[in-house]
Amino acid sequence: MHIPDGVIGPGVSAAAGVVAAGGFGIAVSRARRYLTDRLVPMAALVTAFVFAGQMINFPVLPGMSGHLLGGVLAAVLVGPWAGYLVVAIVLIIQAFLFADGGLTALGLNIVNMALIGAVGGYLVYRFIFRIAGSRPDRVAPAAGIAAFLSVPLAGLGFVIEFAVGGTAESLSLGAILVAMVGTHLLIGIGEGVITFFVVGAVMKARPDLVYGSPTFSGRRTEELLS
Amino acid sequence: MNRRTIGWFVVGLAITVFVAVVVSQFASDEPDGLEYVAERQGFGDASDEHDLADAPLADYGENLESDSRISTGVAGFVGVVVALGLGFGLFWIIRSPGSDPADSTP
Repeated sequence: MHIPDGVIGPGVSAAAGVVAAGGFGIAVSRARRYLTDRLVPMAALVTAFVFAGQMINFPVLPGMSGHLLGGVLAAVLVGPWAGYLVVAIVLIIQAFLFADGGLTALGLNIVNMALIGAVGGYLVYRFIFRIAGSRPDRVAPAAGIAAFLSVPLAGLGFVIEFAVGGTAESLSLGAILVAMVGTHLLIGIGEGVITFFVVGAVMKARPDLVYGSPTFSGRRTEELLS
Repeated sequence: MNRRTIGWFVVGLAITVFVAVVVSQFASDEPDGLEYVAERQGFGDASDEHDLADAPLADYGENLESDSRISTGVAGFVGVVVALGLGFGLFWIIRSPGSDPADSTP
């Protein structure tokens, strides 16, 4: 899911960079409202865990693998805006330290995986969680379903960016749309399963630290959701 | 942080390091979804080589050591330390002013 340099032209890449940087600023100011001292170690740990999880490519089809994106996982655990920052930090580390994801494509990758994956994914989570009855035992299943859906949504983000700014010519956008959404629905199953188990484990051990759960003991800013 | 939170943090960190250093050895080398689609749909050649492709930890340690078990493990460990450090630094700087009522509970 990490877009390399050169696939999307400079105009769209730069525009995505502006959106990603603006999103980073908004995320900092919103996360600041609820991220108390007690949640700082949790948020740092989630950042490290998402990095580790993204290293694990699991087989999906013959000749194709997928890996965790971690947006919904992070957003349900530490809130959507701290979740945005978690994924953005991971993407920055991957691009600058591990040459994974192009430097000029960093904004694109942050838009797809942090803005769409974490913040958008959290909106999907809240919607599913409400339909499911908003009970603590529904947190992990709702997170799993939202995580599953967040992967094709992030893939859709790429298709839109490619449609507007793709450098390769005379390709069928319809075929790319079907291929991206189709393969990422399959990858999303892995995302959903991992998110279900990790959020479920944290809900068992420390339900008071899970932002997206009614058992959360800290402050919450819900202006994104109401 | 009270003692219970420290215990929870240590367990979480141990699992994270285990995933990055040990489980990563078993990760698939096949192309991911985007690379797969790019190859099949004819834009696999559109990508440029990464500007930092020669960096020591590029592609999770490919340039580091001929034994991929060691290089992947080192890359995973370094990544976890850097992610934890940057995450802690950023979240500590931006944390909310004022104390958390739940902090006073033992």
